[in-house]
Amino acid sequence: MQIDKDLVAASATPLVLAILAEGESYGYAILKRVRELSDGELEWTDGMLYPLLHRLHRLGFVTTEWQTPPEGRRRRYYAITDEGHAALAAHKRQWVTVTRALGDVWGGGDMLPLALGGA
Amino acid sequence: MESLELEIAEWRSFVGQAQAVDGRDVEELETHLRDQIADLNAAGLAADEAFLIAVKRLGSLDDLSREFAREHSGRLWRQLVLSGGDEEQAAARRWPEALLFAVAAAVTVQIARLVAGFPSEEPAWLVRNASLFVIPFIAGWFARRRRLTVRQFLLPASAFLAAAIVINVYPYHEEAATDALVAAHLPVVLWFVMAHPYMGGIVRSHERRMDFVRFTGEWCIYYVLIALGGGVLTGLTAAILEPTGVDPELVAEWVLPCGAAGAAIVAAWLVDSKQRVVENMAPVLTMLFTPLFAVMLMGAALAYAVTGLGGAFDRELLGVFDALMVVVLGLVLYGISAREPSPAPGWMDRIQLAAVLSALLLDAMVLASMAARIGDLGFTPNRVAALGLNLVLLVNLGVTAWLSIRFLTRQGSFHRLERWQTTYLPVFALWAAAVVVILPPAFGFA
Repeated sequence: MQIDKDLVAASATPLVLAILAEGESYGYAILKRVRELSDGELEWTDGMLYPLLHRLHRLGFVTTEWQTPPEGRRRRYYAITDEGHAALAAHKRQWVTVTRALGDVWGGGDMLPLALGGA
Repeated sequence: MESLELEIAEWRSFVGQAQAVDGRDVEELETHLRDQIADLNAAGLAADEAFLIAVKRLGSLDDLSREFAREHSGRLWRQLVLSGGDEEQAAARRWPEALLFAVAAAVTVQIARLVAGFPSEEPAWLVRNASLFVIPFIAGWFARRRRLTVRQFLLPASAFLAAAIVINVYPYHEEAATDALVAAHLPVVLWFVMAHPYMGGIVRSHERRMDFVRFTGEWCIYYVLIALGGGVLTGLTAAILEPTGVDPELVAEWVLPCGAAGAAIVAAWLVDSKQRVVENMAPVLTMLFTPLFAVMLMGAALAYAVTGLGGAFDRELLGVFDALMVVVLGLVLYGISAREPSPAPGWMDRIQLAAVLSALLLDAMVLASMAARIGDLGFTPNRVAALGLNLVLLVNLGVTAWLSIRFLTRQGSFHRLERWQTTYLPVFALWAAAVVVILPPAFGFA
């Protein structure tokens, strides 16, 4: 299934914030987590994640730091801030409203509310 | 493995060429690339195959640098010129259009000059209307450049029309102070009206407002440079023409107004299309002058605190302090617009805060003594205008100082400061509009 580009773009920010809410992480690991969460259906162009992370940083939603873990290479880690949590909550409300509306109009019993209702 | 290192090094220098991608971004992308290669290796792929796939997954460099440019527009200076070569060539091809608008402005100014009989006569209406002969043409050119629809352009056009009507139907007295104030504030109002077509009609976007701030600063720099060149040209022409008996004054009368008006549009065109030539002027000047101003302001604040305001305290002083605050605000704005949005406060942020705090301290002292005397002196149009501008700037710089302190103590993000400045921009426009529209009738057009 090919997911529409606009939909991928719209879901990128809440998805990244939600993944960072699980704990601090770095670009490559975030992308792996996105693939894992979507069973590989949500395909991003890898490089595009970084401008997005930098934007979240500028907005004060995440903090960032270069770290070198004991085993492994130097990486830039990102961690969510309180403002980021607030933004994530706002995103959640929007997505719940959208998915509920779509679920209602598509007759409830379908897979959409099942898949997205818990968002 | 060695060939892989070579390939990565080559890739790194290739990515590093993209203007909006800086060294640390390349490093971050490189760790990503290496992680991906390691995973693909583990899955059984050969090094060179893994490299190719990893690079492919990162996306094309064009798309990547476009995304980076969109986020770090400060690095590219402006995001509207994104696609590099093509866009630049297209911009270069558009110069006849800019020239057309420049000529139109020059002709308009020349006609107005002939009607007024300037310079043998200097009617007040000519000075008052001067900016109306030029800025609408810049706005018109931007409307074409940003492909505004006619309906979108109706808004700024009607604002220009309203301004023209208001300033010309008011019955100013002879040599009225309000007349001079209107002449000084109208360009500011019109400049902000021009912001609408400049931003392509999207005036609520904070990023575009910041672009407009950058544009304003770079435009001033270009205009001064063009004026300097024009000055040399006029001076030489006058010197060369002298032996022929042609009156150089006559040449200046015809050429100078046209040149000054045309240069306004040419400067706008240059900033918009060719900004790379001096793209870093405003940040460099800010870097240079922020510390100097900080030292000067701290010295002045100290001197005032020691000697007090016992000396000559004339009415001009408030005007001087308005100018000072405008300059400090300019430094703050360009400091912000040119700053890398990095998290850690640097020494420039501290120096800037020192400058802002000293300016605030100085201004508070002047305002306090002004407030004590305004009862005796009474309100005049000039005093109200100067005092109002002072308060408008004081509020801005006060909040700026507060947000800077929060940023320096890591309680707030730098973004807040940026947001505050772009949110506050309409206040300047509103104040200037109030001086143009409300002040003259409030003082009986005196």
